[in-house]
Amino acid sequence: MTNMTYRDAVRLAMIEEMDRDQNVFIMGEDIGKYKGTFRVTDGLFERYCQEPRDWLVEPPHPEILDGVGRRVIDTPITEPGIVGMATGAAMTGLRPIVEMMTMSFSILALDQIINHAAKIHYMTGGQISVPLVIRGPGGAANQLSAQHSHSMEGWYAHVPGLKVVAPATPNCAKGMLKAAIRDDNPVIFTENPGLYSMKGDVSDDVDEIIPFGKARIAKEGKDISLIAYSRMVNVSLAAAELLAADGIDAEVVDVRSLLPLDTETIYNSVRKTHRAVVVYEDWKSGGFGAEIAARIAQDCFDDLDAPVGRVGGLNVPMPYARVLELQCIPNEQDVLAEVRKIG
Amino acid sequence: MTSSPEVFPARGRRRYTRLHWRCRSKGAADAALSQISRSDIRVAKPAQKNLPASPAELISYYREMLFIRHFEEKCNLAYRTGKAGGYLHVYIGMEPLVVGWLNNIRKGHDYVITAYRDHGHALVLGSDPVATMAEIMGRSGGQSRGKGGSMHIYDIDKQFYGGWGIVGGHTALGGGLAMAAKYRKEDRVTLCYLGDGAANAGVFFETLNMCGLWQLPIIFIIENNLYAMGTALERHAADPQLYKRGFPFNMKHERVDGHDLVEVLNHSKRIIDDCRENSQPYLIEAMTYRNMGHGAADNDRQLYRTKEEEDEYMKRDCIRLYEAFLDSNSILSRSEMEKIDAEELDRAETIYEEADKSPFPDPEQVYTDVYTDMTPEMGH
Ligand SMILES: Cc1ncc(C[n+]2csc(CCOP(=O)(O)OP(=O)(O)O)c2C)c(N)n1
Ligand SMILES: [Mg+2]
Repeated sequence: MTNMTYRDAVRLAMIEEMDRDQNVFIMGEDIGKYKGTFRVTDGLFERYCQEPRDWLVEPPHPEILDGVGRRVIDTPITEPGIVGMATGAAMTGLRPIVEMMTMSFSILALDQIINHAAKIHYMTGGQISVPLVIRGPGGAANQLSAQHSHSMEGWYAHVPGLKVVAPATPNCAKGMLKAAIRDDNPVIFTENPGLYSMKGDVSDDVDEIIPFGKARIAKEGKDISLIAYSRMVNVSLAAAELLAADGIDAEVVDVRSLLPLDTETIYNSVRKTHRAVVVYEDWKSGGFGAEIAARIAQDCFDDLDAPVGRVGGLNVPMPYARVLELQCIPNEQDVLAEVRKIG
Repeated sequence: MTSSPEVFPARGRRRYTRLHWRCRSKGAADAALSQISRSDIRVAKPAQKNLPASPAELISYYREMLFIRHFEEKCNLAYRTGKAGGYLHVYIGMEPLVVGWLNNIRKGHDYVITAYRDHGHALVLGSDPVATMAEIMGRSGGQSRGKGGSMHIYDIDKQFYGGWGIVGGHTALGGGLAMAAKYRKEDRVTLCYLGDGAANAGVFFETLNMCGLWQLPIIFIIENNLYAMGTALERHAADPQLYKRGFPFNMKHERVDGHDLVEVLNHSKRIIDDCRENSQPYLIEAMTYRNMGHGAADNDRQLYRTKEEEDEYMKRDCIRLYEAFLDSNSILSRSEMEKIDAEELDRAETIYEEADKSPFPDPEQVYTDVYTDMTPEMGH
């Protein structure tokens, strides 16, 4: 185990997989020379582009591609094109990782992701698969306001054909990104920007992957289940500490994989505690937490001692002013209030 | 170096001159083409004397043109009789664009991708025609076991990547195929077909930019049949000379004839060779015409084009044009042509009947092929 930040863990996963498999490459805006807006790809360009002219055309146009690498590719600002090109390359068996500068920009590429990447395996009757990873920061950062703060994972988890994960810890980030890169299906991998500097112990085993579809018990408890993913796991853990002071022993379930969803672990927790509050950063209305809550309500009806609670983001565009922004993002007090509300 | 660097000050003189050189390389032909008006486009060139292939090959291409035509007439029949549903678009009138180009690539090695007007591509690439017809009929014997349909024919063994229904969307995938070939340092070229309407899609411009920037080995072939569904070229493109759209993206670009198979065989060979040898991207605008409606459901063509225009094009239908060539070069006699025609019609009929015997997919197939390694939750 090595203690490192979430950002370093994401990078390490990419390095290990790129070292392991020549088919893996990364493309995106400002990910090479500029090292990525959140510095996640720091050092990759130097590591993999010793011959920056590797795939450059010979004259007459050497200058055009100056500084463009073969395995770490700086692209123009052209999200639909990037995802489409990566998908096309993936159809031939390459394993591209697309870094979205933020997941908010993946909205431009929805057509390529949903109409194309997610449908290919099915439409071709299994002839073609798309081993593609789209990863990047998703969710609110710090005063990035309305166009840069979207939580997209719920939108994608709606789409059959995609896999969607949102790890909360550095170790999960590394293990699950490695799983994503090795997966033969298109995977949306979201990294909450608030997690990048968080530290944690990360496995040193280059072969250890964390398979999708397996939730994690972040903290055991017996009185209530707080069910969350991504940064909201930390919020739930903080809430659990406050609840402990009141003598309430909360269990925190880190869903971490939205599609496929491990309902079994969630249900087992609820069957033990008989109470559930789902915590998610996305807009409360129609967010993925609503799906989890609905399933618990339906499938664990007889085990519940209270209605299923939900804590989600306010149903407004993200405001700029810090005081307003903080109002929109769920925090531990919101969780506490919901726990008290359901009683 | 002679140029006016002020025109592109930011990028510098050197690049400008090169760009200039490249795009002018076709010189006079380019200039002449840019003068072409729409009525000129319709005047197909007369048959040439120098043969673009051996007589045996030329005869096999004739067979292929007729086969596609009869096959697609059977597709329309399938639609009319309810054996095919949804959307169905035939290539009738545009056959030289597949027979000419695809017989000059390395089949099964080079990548081919197109939109929804895709039966002809699959047939020329050698995909099983019974499977193609079965796919169109939504049967388990189709390449995609009935999950794709007419718009989504794929045959990975033939490196045929479909088969796409979002206008313009697949052009980015085509760029990705070319990128993969270059990444692996393979000598594959990618042929990416699209319609004149698709040439207005944003993602197409994005793809052109990256293909030009990275000099990918790809040929975009705009099948300019003068209409995007019911909207005529002049009503959808600010500049109807679509080939010019290659210019800003540093690609070679040409407008070519798509009616005359002999022409197509000649220029496609030259362009494919250059693309392969020099990793040279191309934007080709091939002038063509669809003889039928946009799709099988388009039953009122007079909403957007005149009967007179259609009649004029029918007189110079690509198959008739090719027959005149074969005849005047004594490659085939008229009676030999009739015999081939009858044989290909028979073949199409047999295929139709064979495909019709293929069973519908089993209900549990609905859950397979969503993922490579898991099944979605049943019933959700
Ligand atoms: C994004 C999108 N918008 C609209 C349509 C509906 N549509 C299908 S084909 C078509 C016309 C396309 O014309 P063109 O690209 O010239 O191809 P052609 O049919 O002439 O071969 C339209 C508007 C679509 N399939 N996708
Ligand atoms: Mg058209």
